[in-house]
Parts: sequence; C-alpha cells; structure tokens
Amino acid sequence: MTNLTFEKALADLEQIVAKLEKGGISLNESLALFEKGVKMARFLRGELDKAERKVEILLKDDKGNLKAEDFDAADADGTGEDGGTG
Amino acid sequence: MRDQVYTVSQVTEIVKTALEVAFPQVWVEGEVSGYKKAASGHVFFSLKDEKSVIKAVMWQSMARKVAFELKDGLNVVCRGKISVYEPRGDYQLYVDQVEPKGKGALQLRFEQLKEKLKAEGLFDEKRKRKLPLRPRTIGVVTSPTGAAIRDILRVLERRYAKLRVVIYPAKVQGEGAAGEIVEGIDALGAWPGIDVLIVGRGGGSIEDLWAFNEEPVARAIARSPVPVISAVGHEIDVTIADFVADVRASTPSAAAEMVIETEEAFAERISSQARRLGELLRYSLQDMRADVTDLAQHRIFQNFQVKLANLGRRVDELETRGKNVLRAERQAIAEHTGAARLASERLGNIARKTLRGHRAAWERLTATLDALSPLAVLKKGYAAVWKSGGLCLARRIEDIVEDETVLVSFFKGEFSARVQSVDKKKLIESRFLKEGS
Repeated sequence: MTNLTFEKALADLEQIVAKLEKGGISLNESLALFEKGVKMARFLRGELDKAERKVEILLKDDKGNLKAEDFDAADADGTGEDGGTG
Repeated sequence: MRDQVYTVSQVTEIVKTALEVAFPQVWVEGEVSGYKKAASGHVFFSLKDEKSVIKAVMWQSMARKVAFELKDGLNVVCRGKISVYEPRGDYQLYVDQVEPKGKGALQLRFEQLKEKLKAEGLFDEKRKRKLPLRPRTIGVVTSPTGAAIRDILRVLERRYAKLRVVIYPAKVQGEGAAGEIVEGIDALGAWPGIDVLIVGRGGGSIEDLWAFNEEPVARAIARSPVPVISAVGHEIDVTIADFVADVRASTPSAAAEMVIETEEAFAERISSQARRLGELLRYSLQDMRADVTDLAQHRIFQNFQVKLANLGRRVDELETRGKNVLRAERQAIAEHTGAARLASERLGNIARKTLRGHRAAWERLTATLDALSPLAVLKKGYAAVWKSGGLCLARRIEDIVEDETVLVSFFKGEFSARVQSVDKKKLIESRFLKEGS
C-alpha cells in the first residue's frame, strides 16, 4: 500500500525535476514546482527513515492457522540443514 | 529303463531354482521397450539389445522409488534377480533398482523435468518479473535453523538494512521437504505486505538440494504472486528452482544483497532528485538575481533612475503637503462639527420650549372650545331654536317673528313649533325666579 504512494511520490519528484531542468516556465510556476518537489523529497526521506528491521516467523497454531511471531536470530545456528555448509 | 518323467511344474520348479541360484543378483544393461505401468503401480517392460530380449518386471514398491521417468528407448542398467513366472513359463528379470546408463538417476530426472518445464515456457524471460522498486518486506522460505536464514540476517545486519523479514519455516531436505517448501511459497505469497520472496537453503550434496529440483516447487514458484529470488546452495549449484525463479541468486547472502541494493538504489534515487532540486532552485534564483542586476545597470535604467529619484522626491513632497492639508481640513471639520452640535442643541431646546408653550395654549384652547360648544350646552338640557327649517340659528328675540314656524332641538330629538306671541322685553331670570318660588 505504502509502496504505491511512495512510488508515485518518487515519480512525481522526478517529473518535477525534469520539468524544471527543461526550463521555460514562469517564476511563479517554477516556485510552486520547487515547493512541491521539496515536499515530495521530504516525504520520501521520512518514509525511508520510518522503516525498521523486524524479523518474524510464521508458526501454525493448534487450528493450523498461520501466525507471525518475532524470530530470534540466535536460533539460526546454521546446523539445521544437516550437512548444509552455508 | 526310461528316464524319469517330470511334471511341468516340476521342471519349472527346477529351472526356477537353478536360475535363482545362478542369478541371485545381476546387473543387466539394455534399452527399455514395451514399457507399461499397470493400475496397481507394477511396471512391466523388456530390456533389449541388438540380438536379444529379456522380460523385466518391477513391483510397485520398487517402481515408486525410481527418481527419473522410465520410458521406451532409454538405456538403463537394472539390478535384480532372475526367476521364472510359472503360469507362463517366462523367465524374467525382477528389477529392484534401475539407473540410467552413463549418468545418475537424479541427473536424468533433472534433465527430464527441465526439458518438460522449458517446453511449457516456464523459463521464458518474458515471464520473469523485476524485483520491486522498493522491497520493504521479504518473505523467506527456508529452514529456520539453517545456514541460509543465518546468512541473510547477517547481511541485513551488516548493511543496516531496514527491512521486515517474514520467515516460513520449511524442511529443506529429505522426505516431505518439497511439500513444505511449496506450502511456504504459497503461504508467503498470500501473506499481506510481502514484496519479494527468497526461496532457498545453504549448500549441500545434490541429494540435499534435491527438493529444489522437484516439479511442485517449480510450479509453486511459477504461480507466486510476488517475485521470487531462488537462492540454493553455492554458486555452482543450479536447480530447477533457479530456472523458474524471477531472479537467481548464487547464494542466500547474494539474495539478501540484491534486495538491499534495490532498497539502497531507491534511497539514492530520492537523494539525487532532492539534490538536483536544490541545485536547480539555487541556480534559478542566482539567474534571476543576475538578470535583475543586469537590467538595473543598463543605461536606460540609469537615466530612468534619475527621473525616478526626482519623481520620488516630488511624491514625497506631495505626500507631505497632502498630509498637511488633510490635517488642517480634519481640524476644521472637527471645529465645525463642534459649532454645529452646539447650534443644533440650542435649536432643539428652543423648539422644545416653543412646542411646549404651543401645546399648553392648544390644550387650553380646546378645553375652552369644548366648554363653549353648543353641543355641550344642549347636553346640559337646553334647547336651540332654528329658523328657516333649521338652516339658521336664532340668537336674539329680534330674530323671531310672530306666526313663524321654528325648529327647536334638544341634544337628542327636535320638534317644530309655531310662534304665537313675541315679548321682546322679558328677561329669563323672571322665569327662574318664578319656578324657584
């Protein structure tokens, strides 16, 4: 979901930059474009910063439904593949 | 003396025993022909070479363990015992193991499946999806205790990648592994928010990696709604999963790197756009400022500037004067206003006083008029005498003539009367005195 608006925002930003680079627009219009572009860039950076690392594992409950639980990376000792050497 | 006579069964039994003793286990090489699989799962075929044919049978319990697809024309090496099928007297090879000639069974099976899926178009480049622009959540189908997940998480850690990882714990080798991997691919593909899937495991022997060469796994990858990165074993290991996956990573670590690079490339794209935007803003402001300065320094504008300065001074002067005028006027208005107010107040007082006087006089007057009104008099019980049919009020005795008809009105009602006699000297007091006595 977020990806969509996110990708749209990036596409908008790139379009604005391209338009400004091409030039030939009025002062008012270009200032409005700058304003919009800066807003987009700020939104995008904010979205990137918002992300965090999270590791979950899907486990089946007694009814067989999948449920996500936090995964402790310490469990992954690399021996679970019986002969897998990574 | 005749030689001993045997029954058919006896001979068959002797031959059977002899063959079984002679060939308890034998390896026979030949080309498969007349391959037939019965409903029971038992498999019947012949092995042949240029000159000879030998019948072969493989029971269902053995046949289902054959890794590759047995079919006519295939050169194979079979292991088994030789015995006799008594009802027909056929001797045949009872196969318990079969391998393709010249290569391993698994290799042949691999090639057979690869051929089949390729023919279906599952490996076509145009089927391959690109990794998402910005993968935020990656699903990983692998063993939760294996090397693959450990390596993936280690890479994310090292690169400070801010990603969400959802693991589907699956057995990645041995009995049932392919089924669990398929379940994992389907479950994560349907899990909300997953942007890309990594399916794989750490290195191992060809048998260890085999689950990733299974047809159901290949088909699960093909139908996944999100792009799949295959990451099986080491660089040199190539599995069917690698051919079907949208992207092949040589190792699980490499798969993690790919995802992070996509994320980083995305962040870089944002930064470069933002940087460019800043530069453009700076440049364009500089340009505009330079334009303005250039224009301002032009000769025309220099002459103009002098004029402008003069004009400016005049405007200042005018403004000052204007202000003075305004101030004076405002003062005058203020003064006038005061006087006017005073005058109007005085006028008001006078008018009020006059009005009061008039009203008093008026009231007095109306009261008098009221008292004097003939109606008021009549109301008291007097009557009025009219001449000429009521047109003219008789006010004196001289108005009255003998024999004349007059009209007499009370306040209410009237009557006419004929004047009998007139006494011009008689006073009214004499009547009151007479009545009062």
